[in-house]
Amino acid sequence: MGKLFAVILAVITAVSAGVFIARVWWLPPDISVLGAGIDHQLGETMIASGVLFVVSQLVLAAFVWQYADAGDGRPIKIFPGGATPMVVMATVLVGIEILVLTLVGTKVWAGIFLSPPDPNALHIDVQAEQFAYYFRYPGPDGKFGVPHPELIDDGNGNFFGLDPANDTTARDDIVSASLVVPVNLPVLLTLHAKDVGHAFYVPELRIQQDFVPGLVIPLQFTATETVKKEIVCTQLCGLGHFNMRAYLEVKPPDQFAQWLTEQAAQ
Amino acid sequence: MSDTPAPPPVRRRETVEKVTALKHRPPTGFLRTYVFSLDHKVIGKQYLDLALVAVVTGMVLSWLMRFHLAYPDVAIPGLGRLAPTRGAGGVMTPELYLSLMTMHGTIMVFFVLTTAPFAGFGNFVLPIQVGAEDMAFPRFNMMSFWVTCVAFLVLLAAFFVPDGPPLSGWTAYAPLSAIGKDAGPGQGGGQTLWALSIAIFCVGQLLGSLNFIATTLDLRTRGMTLMRMPYSTWAWFITSVIGLIAFSVLLPACILLILDRVAGTSFFVPAGLVVSDRLQPHSGGSPLLWQHLFWFFGHPEVYIAILPGFGIVSHILPAFARKPLLGPKIAVGCMAAIGFLSYTVWGHHMFLSGMNPLSATLFSVPTLIITIPATIMVLLWIGTIYGSRLRFTTASLFCLGFVSVFVSGGISGFFLAQPSIDTYLHGTYFVVGHFHFVMGVAAMFGIFAGTYFWFPKMYGRMMNETLGKIHFTLTLIGVYATFMPMHYLGLAGNVRRYSAFTDDYMKGSQPLHRFITMAALFTGAVQLIFLVNLVWSRLRGAKAPDNPWQATTLEWSVPSPPPFDNFGGKHPVVVHGPDEYGGTSPEGDFVLQAAPPASGTA
Repeated sequence: MGKLFAVILAVITAVSAGVFIARVWWLPPDISVLGAGIDHQLGETMIASGVLFVVSQLVLAAFVWQYADAGDGRPIKIFPGGATPMVVMATVLVGIEILVLTLVGTKVWAGIFLSPPDPNALHIDVQAEQFAYYFRYPGPDGKFGVPHPELIDDGNGNFFGLDPANDTTARDDIVSASLVVPVNLPVLLTLHAKDVGHAFYVPELRIQQDFVPGLVIPLQFTATETVKKEIVCTQLCGLGHFNMRAYLEVKPPDQFAQWLTEQAAQ
Repeated sequence: MSDTPAPPPVRRRETVEKVTALKHRPPTGFLRTYVFSLDHKVIGKQYLDLALVAVVTGMVLSWLMRFHLAYPDVAIPGLGRLAPTRGAGGVMTPELYLSLMTMHGTIMVFFVLTTAPFAGFGNFVLPIQVGAEDMAFPRFNMMSFWVTCVAFLVLLAAFFVPDGPPLSGWTAYAPLSAIGKDAGPGQGGGQTLWALSIAIFCVGQLLGSLNFIATTLDLRTRGMTLMRMPYSTWAWFITSVIGLIAFSVLLPACILLILDRVAGTSFFVPAGLVVSDRLQPHSGGSPLLWQHLFWFFGHPEVYIAILPGFGIVSHILPAFARKPLLGPKIAVGCMAAIGFLSYTVWGHHMFLSGMNPLSATLFSVPTLIITIPATIMVLLWIGTIYGSRLRFTTASLFCLGFVSVFVSGGISGFFLAQPSIDTYLHGTYFVVGHFHFVMGVAAMFGIFAGTYFWFPKMYGRMMNETLGKIHFTLTLIGVYATFMPMHYLGLAGNVRRYSAFTDDYMKGSQPLHRFITMAALFTGAVQLIFLVNLVWSRLRGAKAPDNPWQATTLEWSVPSPPPFDNFGGKHPVVVHGPDEYGGTSPEGDFVLQAAPPASGTA
């Protein structure tokens, strides 16, 4: 029975690790400036924990194979050196790994969430609601109109509750159902929710951020390739959660400018 | 007994003994013997039976979910009759999927993973292991079970309200869970029942935790010093301390949630929300407050589920390795360290929640540090196997399986503990794979190990070992086939909590989802072997001797099943450690904890 267990465990380990190593299922190609840092961190963690996974499963399998009771009454043996050296070694090794991963990882994290917004960033206001996203560009005046929740009227297309009659800054705001951005230009999103919690996730950008009702949350990224990708919701928001999505369209600067002009004209 | 040297008496033992002797006599009627029993052994079995009902319910829900994910358009026979509106024609609506998911998570976490390993086995075994006649507060103990039972019924009632069961997940994030019917189907009466059920459950667990703590500290028999306590008792004791703090935070959180829903308060709902075209009459609340309160409970809850497993494995493995656990003091220290650290890491569930990004680093470091005691525990178990005479019973195999799946699940935690990686993997199937391994499957393996190990003591009959070994082997393969591929899905960005994958990039994951569904249905079917074994052995199993495993702790020095007062009116005097295997004694290669000391010291 012990040998069967050992063999099954070894096979499970080999298959599990093999699929990771062969990258049968893997991250989609990265299209952002900060994605490389995240991929690197994930790769390093994958190697370290992959080795740990394979070694510990195989040692477990080997010991179970080796030390099955043969009924010969052989004396038991204590692990060489006892528990203390093993514990010290584990603490030091895991401790070093934690330290390295934290030092490197904090830099990556800070690059996304703690660095001040680029002064040249394109600012886009994002509202999430059951079960859609709306993206607002400030228009030629460079200023966003003030939202008023009580004026929100989806039926008339006033998703943000703007008051163009009394608020001059709101008159030129451009609202789009897609997130259209120019390539290689830093983008600053401000995320807010209309009703319940939602999230912004674009796997290709490697970023994810919750929308929290009552909070306005900044999120920055720079897309490096002209693509059209899905933005999906990762925070359970109700029955239509699975279907809540919008598109991220990354365009060359001239096409983006043209798109913006067309939208403003509407 | 008089010829043994008297170890230092345990403080306050005499006073408590008098109290229990006065209030606690063997019952006579059927109701007081089997239903409203004060006997910790009956209550322990009741908890395990409740967990069995709950786990079957939760598992059936997961089959329905998995089937729908793999074959979204194929009708499920009978579903149309069970859920005429949401399962019309046998195909479930998105809201029914989310409701099943919510109920699956809630039932499994609260009514299986908390009740079975902690309240179930703990109740039956802990008092005997410390040499007590019963728990310190038998009436609280009975109340604890029946309160938990009521909580379960209240939760199930959510299936039958007109608005349907809740769909906000087992985490019930506000404001989705707090604003009522406007938030969509399932967010009416069903969600209120959910919050009420969890609040009631908290009361039951608080009573249980207090009882465990008092029993461990005050009712230990003579000679049962702290370091002679079996590791399982240590684990239950530490778990009860964690539970006492965790549930006393979740209880008020649930009360506040109920008030937000029914009394118009705004603890978790901010101003200016427009839901279903209606401006909500709330202001001043914070959705993050719910998340903080929930996860301050929620993360320690992971350890409430898994620490008893640590104790059970540390207790059972030496019995079958025929040698003492490597590093006993280190093992106890690690479990205590995990218990303490479990309160410093809750924010790792909230890296992307909009809380200050600086605090992500603050929560990441202790999360990574908690891997050190967990790693040490694994090394101690593997080191215990080294040089042993390992006997393969179903119980020991499940312990070995526990070590394997705990390693697998623990390692994927390394990814999620780092905010810079969590920013990609959060909200994907990687997380689902991770927690199912580390707190679902590992804890279940602990429960299985405990069942196969203590069943003879509980029912006086042996379980069938052949069926047990088949059950173990197929289950091990099944759980890896189910949960390992979820990590691959997560890496590919596959989002969790979706009732269907209509997004372009997720459509490609459908074949893997089908594979997972097949594996899940297979694993579920294998559990029928366990159920058959359980029922058959309870009725027809071979008579169990007092000590079938040649184990050392006090429960193995009393008859199977033990008499009402556990020790037949005598008090055992403990003179040995909990795992003295591998030596020689009149009994064999082990020394019972209550065996008289070796000649020369008497």
